[in-house]
Amino acid sequence: MICALCNLAPDLRLFGRRLRETANLMVGQPDYDTYVAHRMATHPDQPVMTREEFFRDRQARRYGAGGGGLRCC
Amino acid sequence: MISAARAPGNGVLSWLLWLAVAGLGAVSLGTVALSRGEPVNAVWLVTAAVCTYLVAYRFYSLFIARSVLRLDPARPTPAVLHSDGLDYVPTNKWVVFGHHFAAIAGAGPLVGPVLAAQMGYLPGTLWILAGVVFAGAVQDCIVLFISVRRDARSLGDMIRLEMGSVPGGIALVGVLLIMIILLAVLALIVVKALANSPWGTFTVFATMPIAILMGLYSRFLRPGRILEMSAIGFVLLMASIVYGQTVAQTPELAALFTYRGETLALLLIGYGFVASVLPVWLLLAPRDYLSTFLKIGTIFALAIGILVVAPTLHMPAVSRFVDGTGPVFAGQLFPFLFITIACGAVSGFHALISSGTTPKLIENEAQIRFIGYGAMLMESFVAIMALIAASVIEPGAYFAMNSPAGVIGTTAAQVAQTVSGWGFVITPDALTQLAHDVGETTILSRAGGAPTLAVGMAHILSGVFGGQALMAFWYHFAILFEALFILTTVDAGTRVARFMIQDLLGTVLPGMRHTESWVANLVATALAVSAWGYILYQGVIDPLGGINTLWPLFGISNQMLAAIALTLCTVVLFRMKRHAYAWVTIVPTTWLAVCTLTAGWEKLFDARPAISFLAHAQRFGGALAEGRVLAPAKSLADMQRVVTNDYVDASLCAAFMAVVVSMLVYGLIGIARAYGNPLVTAKEVGGDLRAVQSGA
Repeated sequence: MICALCNLAPDLRLFGRRLRETANLMVGQPDYDTYVAHRMATHPDQPVMTREEFFRDRQARRYGAGGGGLRCC
Repeated sequence: MISAARAPGNGVLSWLLWLAVAGLGAVSLGTVALSRGEPVNAVWLVTAAVCTYLVAYRFYSLFIARSVLRLDPARPTPAVLHSDGLDYVPTNKWVVFGHHFAAIAGAGPLVGPVLAAQMGYLPGTLWILAGVVFAGAVQDCIVLFISVRRDARSLGDMIRLEMGSVPGGIALVGVLLIMIILLAVLALIVVKALANSPWGTFTVFATMPIAILMGLYSRFLRPGRILEMSAIGFVLLMASIVYGQTVAQTPELAALFTYRGETLALLLIGYGFVASVLPVWLLLAPRDYLSTFLKIGTIFALAIGILVVAPTLHMPAVSRFVDGTGPVFAGQLFPFLFITIACGAVSGFHALISSGTTPKLIENEAQIRFIGYGAMLMESFVAIMALIAASVIEPGAYFAMNSPAGVIGTTAAQVAQTVSGWGFVITPDALTQLAHDVGETTILSRAGGAPTLAVGMAHILSGVFGGQALMAFWYHFAILFEALFILTTVDAGTRVARFMIQDLLGTVLPGMRHTESWVANLVATALAVSAWGYILYQGVIDPLGGINTLWPLFGISNQMLAAIALTLCTVVLFRMKRHAYAWVTIVPTTWLAVCTLTAGWEKLFDARPAISFLAHAQRFGGALAEGRVLAPAKSLADMQRVVTNDYVDASLCAAFMAVVVSMLVYGLIGIARAYGNPLVTAKEVGGDLRAVQSGA
């Protein structure tokens, strides 16, 4: 019984993570961990924005010229 | 994602299952359509809609994905090719679905069906279902596809790329015009909902300090904690709804928050200017977060509410107003029903979203079907829920709320008499009681859809939680929910319109292009705000109630954009040498063109002043020349204003028609060229990089 629930735990954690990711993306904030992983993989020698800088950068982008702030009627 | 490419019907069992779904859908639709006299339960409507969506998704969208577009799971998407962790991010398909749905869902699918309910729930239901399956979802899906194959370019860029720079320019001007009319109409809905309602006005005003508090919190206290600050904001918002009742019941406080429509319109115009010039993190962004989450949450709550309460539809299936004499919007079923429903069936605006951020997130081309077609089906379901909410109200109350005062009178006794005379029997006491139940002094002539939807939602949600005692709370919750995301759209839309104006003016005055320049910023913002502000103000003082005049204009413009987007899709299909399947886009393009052009023609040249701007202008102009004042104008200056507004509306309408016709002509030219050329001429990007990708 207990172990059936243990087996579910990773799934639930993934579900929670996806839910949070979805909520953030809905308001124009991509996943920070994905960004860091991408920078580490492609430009390991270059500086990476902190979580805070990343948040501000994406916020400015969403409402800036050509940003994604457009929504439907 | 592989499932999209799987053969249909693996096994007898699967076929039997789909036969059962189709059968259930047919029975439900039959029950909804054929019952006369006895009331129908809303669950039948929900079942009919869901079965239609399932069958359409399983078969029609699969046909589009496999045969028409030939989605290729092996072809790298822009998200993969340009992956930067910022704009281009390969993302899980459920996450992209949520993002895309949140971007396309707005006030349109909620308001249109409420207005369309004047013809009964059946015509609206049929168009919402048929429209989404054959037009709306097809448009969203194919525009997403062609954008994904072109480095996630925008609609305007793709029109330039595939059809030429002149149609590209025309389309951009068309988009700007739509933005302006959209912002004006949405702002008008808020004004209509808040006029003389201290409770509603207080809660909407309260969102500003709450948003600023959230903005400061996420800027300085706990940077970037969006979900945390939204939770705090939500609690404060609920508190403001509760306290709003005290405000409404305390005469001194109520006086502070009771405004006429004209004052609210001016406040809103000023606010729109300030909000789009202020730093975004202070007001715009936090309110956007709050409204987005509230919107998604409320849509889910409403769906659960309808299933739990299973309300009965009181509106007749088909009302007498299909003949075009209805008080809510003028004009007969064809073409005006199709113009009125707008976003829930097909929305040109979605073409801008499908060629905006979404194509930069898709990790595999095969998911275009699920995200493009699937999210639009869900949007259509929102429209069905709005139609249900409007139809669970007593029809007498519905018409009392949605008809202009000039038609039904201003006292409960007059209104009850007029509306009962139409065959929708209601007593003055019932109207007064309903207003009392929702915590308002009056519900008469509260046009614009939002209050009607709020009464319907309060009816459904109070059935799940709180009963009669919380009816007033739920009514103001629903008003706040709509006002909040409409105002967010107004702020964000003003910014978008500002950038478009800067871009357009930049072609003549290069200095205007600098988005960092304060002068350029203020000038373009002022232009954007005064354009929609002018139309808003004229709508507020319009004796026919504004919505009556402006909503059809918005509907025409939105469907016009859809026709443009579908024309582009058709041209691209021809250029891909897939013309054997081009009927998939030709059929909806033709239907939309016929609807918008017929509606536009009637708005200009019909003989009835209730429908035609020009006939109306002539009637008022003629009286003005003789020095007579026609009701509901009160002075010769009023008369002059009515005539001017008619000509402004007529010019806008003519401009929309000119845009559609010229785009159709360019479309035909593009089709003829592509058809005459034996080679594929579609300008796709990225397909040749497949080898690089698999080699890496």
